[in-house]
Amino acid sequence: MSATCDHDHEFHVDRDNLIRALAAILPADALLYEREDLTPYECDGLSAYRQLPLVVAIPTSVEQVQAVLCTCYAMNVPVVARGAGTGLSGGALPHRQGVLLSLAKFKSIISIDTGNRSAVVQPGVRNLAISEAAKPHQLYYAPDPSSQIACSIGGNVAENSGGVHCLKYGLTVHNILKLKMVTIEGELITIGADALDAAGYDLLALMTGSEGMLGVIVEVTVKLLPTPERAQVILAAFDDVVKAGAAVGNIIAAGIIPAGLEMMDKLSIQAAEDFVHAGYPVDAEAILLCEVDGTNEEVSDHITAVREVLKRSGAIEVRTARDEAERATFWKGRKAAFPAVGRISPDYYCMDGTIPRKHLPTVLKGISDLSKEYGLRVANVFHAGDGNLHPLILYNANNPGELEKTEEFGGKILELCVEVGGTITGEHGVGMEKINQMCVQFNSAELTQFHAVKHAFDEKGLLNPGKAVPTLHRCAEFGATHVHHGALPFPELERF
Amino acid sequence: MNDISQALQQRVIDAMNRKKPLKIVGGDSKAFYGRETAGEILNVAGHSGILNYEPTELVATVRAGTPLRELEQAIRAQGQMLPFEPPHLGETATVGGTVATNLSGPRRPYAGSVRDHVLGVKIINGRGEILTFGGEVMKNVAGYDLSRLMAGALGTLGVLLEISFKVVPAPHKELTLYRSCSITSAISTMNSWAARPYPISGAAFDGENLYVRFSGSDSAVDAARKKFGGDELRDAADFWQRVRELRHGFFAGRQPLWRLSVAPAAPYIELPGKSFIDWGGAQRWYMGDADAERVRAAAVSGGGHAVMFRGGDRAQSFQPLAPVILRLHKNLKQAMDPMNILNPGRLYAAL
Repeated sequence: MSATCDHDHEFHVDRDNLIRALAAILPADALLYEREDLTPYECDGLSAYRQLPLVVAIPTSVEQVQAVLCTCYAMNVPVVARGAGTGLSGGALPHRQGVLLSLAKFKSIISIDTGNRSAVVQPGVRNLAISEAAKPHQLYYAPDPSSQIACSIGGNVAENSGGVHCLKYGLTVHNILKLKMVTIEGELITIGADALDAAGYDLLALMTGSEGMLGVIVEVTVKLLPTPERAQVILAAFDDVVKAGAAVGNIIAAGIIPAGLEMMDKLSIQAAEDFVHAGYPVDAEAILLCEVDGTNEEVSDHITAVREVLKRSGAIEVRTARDEAERATFWKGRKAAFPAVGRISPDYYCMDGTIPRKHLPTVLKGISDLSKEYGLRVANVFHAGDGNLHPLILYNANNPGELEKTEEFGGKILELCVEVGGTITGEHGVGMEKINQMCVQFNSAELTQFHAVKHAFDEKGLLNPGKAVPTLHRCAEFGATHVHHGALPFPELERF
Repeated sequence: MNDISQALQQRVIDAMNRKKPLKIVGGDSKAFYGRETAGEILNVAGHSGILNYEPTELVATVRAGTPLRELEQAIRAQGQMLPFEPPHLGETATVGGTVATNLSGPRRPYAGSVRDHVLGVKIINGRGEILTFGGEVMKNVAGYDLSRLMAGALGTLGVLLEISFKVVPAPHKELTLYRSCSITSAISTMNSWAARPYPISGAAFDGENLYVRFSGSDSAVDAARKKFGGDELRDAADFWQRVRELRHGFFAGRQPLWRLSVAPAAPYIELPGKSFIDWGGAQRWYMGDADAERVRAAAVSGGGHAVMFRGGDRAQSFQPLAPVILRLHKNLKQAMDPMNILNPGRLYAAL
């Protein structure tokens, strides 16, 4: 696997010295280095990529995090931070010469401030646990990635996680106020404020989505929103995915920003229906789930308007959930879409491109053509409101060469997204997985600028080395570099 | 419509080679704001035009020199708006200056800031390279978020060429209710109402009255009227426009004007002079002669920071940064503008 073949990020670490140094600052149970103890950390949610670290550090205090980073800085040891390990891009894949720094013990909700509608939490707190803790105050934390039962807020910040509701309520970057983080040199700093903005550069925005490359987050202050009075969902069936795509644009043209707007294609509808029996119309080519929320009155207005738009857009069936139970049923199929696809195929590979919505027909056609070319089936699940596609490529890892073929197919889908003006990753991050496609989306000057920004925070390049931003060398080897204005990519590099 | 990006790029390259700083100017409407910078004028106002605006995609991409008024007219014609209600502070305000200053109007706490709505940028960095970050899609986590980093950087990290904004549908109806109350009661009412699921889009206190604006569907706004009570403000659009543009009577006067950005429910900050509260409590305007240390300490006690907005010592416009944060700022400046030619000193003396 490509993950372990990156020679641009070699370090020379003396394992025994490192263990001795870390043992001096961590309790015995906070330091793992025996092979069998390291194995649970060899991968994150992208299990196709596996690598054992030299050691795993599981600190319980901010001071210990600082001490670990100080030690690694002094000894030139790479550090990979890890939250719940649910990431889908290999962002928490260990470095074979490095420390895997687990923030799993940072599980406290420190405070909930109802007056200012915010909560201070440690990075290992699960996303859903924040909303559960805020619920008695009729408040909640808006970003809801599908892994919200398990994923932790520190990882959400590192990846700028989205979810079903981000068209209306924004991403992680829109829903946090303040971070405490430790620099690679071990300094504890505060970024952002309890106010809505802070003095100086917007380091909060820069840190969000930086994939553990710039610092280690040890505390997060999140915004809480009032729980909507009511939420209601409509399910619409279409005999053509293009019509379903157009309906999404028509809803927005009617001046309505739904709280959630999801699309599933025929294969995912069938898989979901077989799995959870949500009552989905299995003969449809596509379904839309459109949820509106707000005050009672506003939801009534919007439900009427959305039903009209959907019918006008050619929906063959429009159902409105009559109560909370039916709403939950409508959502059940969508939320179970990934595991449902997992039932009809030994393995699946989830992609994460985002496109301007108007190009949906082109991209779907392209995916369908590629599917035939590679002989691999694809189930499409979309956050349709914001153009974020999750094509799931069905494959069998036991068939020799099929994983490699799948990865190549996935890469082609992402390149297609870039071609129509989109991006290779909407919410899962680049990590290790999409590092080659970064060469397609950015040119050498842009990648060099990213490296300079990384250098501003981590001049030794110790934080999560080799992730998120490819070296120019790697891009040259990958060969599919971005050409701007007819200029040759990477003219400064030798070619063979 | 005018593309002068190549000429601008050449100017930056020349300045870099000659190590001569540039002073970036758009409409010059916010020249009073922040620290002063010397340097040869780099006028970006000529780089203008709306490049792409697709209402159903909720995205508008514009050249930085485009008059803000022009962009607002174009999207208003499609029933949409810039949700951050940027103050123009002059007829000539451009889109680039709007992003560079990251100043947002009354809707900001409920709908987000300028920075929140930046989806992508094209810039010239201090090496004279034209670079694109982000894009025209709502969700994009490829690479570091250098687009939003440009917001509020006052041109010290790059010359803005193009910006893609998220835009949203304008509300069907708006209503402003007002009632007389004390400043303490205004702060607590603003915050307790904001904790309930009603479509609030503005909350201000002018020293006498609390004003709360609701935006949404007809029925939702009507329901809010029944629930919250108070009198309906007749010339509401004009009132919020005056708050947004700092043309409300409060802002007249020659004493130093400070912007205190604090936690929304922070208690009343007592300083000698007068106060105006916007952003549902999170933005406290203060006009008076208290010395800078006292104002800054007051803002810190409220969980935030203070900006000497106008009429005081411009050299000390912004809250001093903690040492490690300042070091990261200097490193970032070095990463984006190694020769220190883009608006040097405009934000902080060291940048």
